[in-house]
Amino acid sequence: MLTVSNLTCARGGVPVLSGVSFEVASGDALILRGPNGIGKTTLLRTLAGLQPALVGTVDYPEDAGAYASHADGIKAALTVTENLQFWADVYEGSGSGRTLRETALEAFDLLDLHNRMGGTLSAGQKRRLGLARLAVTARKVLFLDEPTVSLDRPSVKLFADWLHDHLSNGGIAVIATHIDLGLDAPELDLTPFKAALDQGGSDEAFL
Amino acid sequence: MIALLLRDLRLAVRAGGGFGLGLAFFLIVVVLVPFGVGPETELLSRIAPGILWVASLLAALLSLDRIFALDYEDGSLALLATSPLPLEGVALMKALAHWITTGLPLTIAAPALGFLLSLAPEAYVFLLLSLLIGTPALSMIGTFGAALTVGLRRGGLLLSLLVLPLYVPTLIFGAEAVRRGADALDPTGALLLLGGITAGTFALLPFATAAVLRINLR
Repeated sequence: MLTVSNLTCARGGVPVLSGVSFEVASGDALILRGPNGIGKTTLLRTLAGLQPALVGTVDYPEDAGAYASHADGIKAALTVTENLQFWADVYEGSGSGRTLRETALEAFDLLDLHNRMGGTLSAGQKRRLGLARLAVTARKVLFLDEPTVSLDRPSVKLFADWLHDHLSNGGIAVIATHIDLGLDAPELDLTPFKAALDQGGSDEAFL
Repeated sequence: MIALLLRDLRLAVRAGGGFGLGLAFFLIVVVLVPFGVGPETELLSRIAPGILWVASLLAALLSLDRIFALDYEDGSLALLATSPLPLEGVALMKALAHWITTGLPLTIAAPALGFLLSLAPEAYVFLLLSLLIGTPALSMIGTFGAALTVGLRRGGLLLSLLVLPLYVPTLIFGAEAVRRGADALDPTGALLLLGGITAGTFALLPFATAAVLRINLR
């Protein structure tokens, strides 16, 4: 269960969104909509805990969230398997990393590429590896920032299928996206929450 | 956290990782000194402790800006910050990886270069000891500096300006220990102070580094 109440989040010390409130129950997704620059990325970063909220609270079970940004964090000098194994180790410590890694490779059609260096992957392949990273984290609450950028249609389908499985296992996803993933999920248009521009002046001295 | 250490070490030894860069720089600086100073054995052996320590300081500085910059650029720093690893642990592992790829090779190569500078025979063991105790502090302080300048374009120069003054105590006591060793005096005091500085940096700076990273990632 993800609960966000009366959230104000800022970019560079200036509030961009204010009064954002929503709830997402286990097994549900929420799709964020709104024009470029409205604050979708800022909201997701705030939810993921990368930056503090100016006002309001974000509540979800501790150690349940995982964040995927525009950048995939792929190391060019490591192979696909090594890249994925690293994140599996970070999130798990030890144990079932191998099987988890292999199901993730399979889910995103990366098995043929598992020995390729990260630097030689195409943009779409990198993105698929970045999404496979989410699968090995085994986290319930996902914050996804434009997850389908540079993916072709079959890959989007792979991702949508994986996300569907994730949700039907009780997961939660908050997704900023411009395309239709074929999910039966409510949409939240962020335009009404746009913060008034003159609001943040007094805060700046403290940031 | 061990996974992060292993990943950083693996990245360092693979192509373009910069492993050995600091070591090669250290070798060249020390080899150049006799050319500049002239082949007077007496003078060289007197300045050898200082030269070796200053050169290792500069060599450690060389690879500092890569500690966080690469992870920041490809987004993995933000992903690490949202991962279950504490950022303090990330800072510690980054410093450790930097030491293993820079400080440790310097320490091992230093005696051979001491020979080039005709360092007094009694001083070798203290050269090794002082570098072994002192270079981890260089890596830890450098990691803190790298966190301060992460995300800044051309942060490398600023990083040097920030970090070099902080290296002064380590330099003073490190070179002093070797000098005292060469003069057959008791270097215990200098070594203890050197150890104190290293212990202090490792106790405090991981927390400072993590705090700075959190601010820089906002």
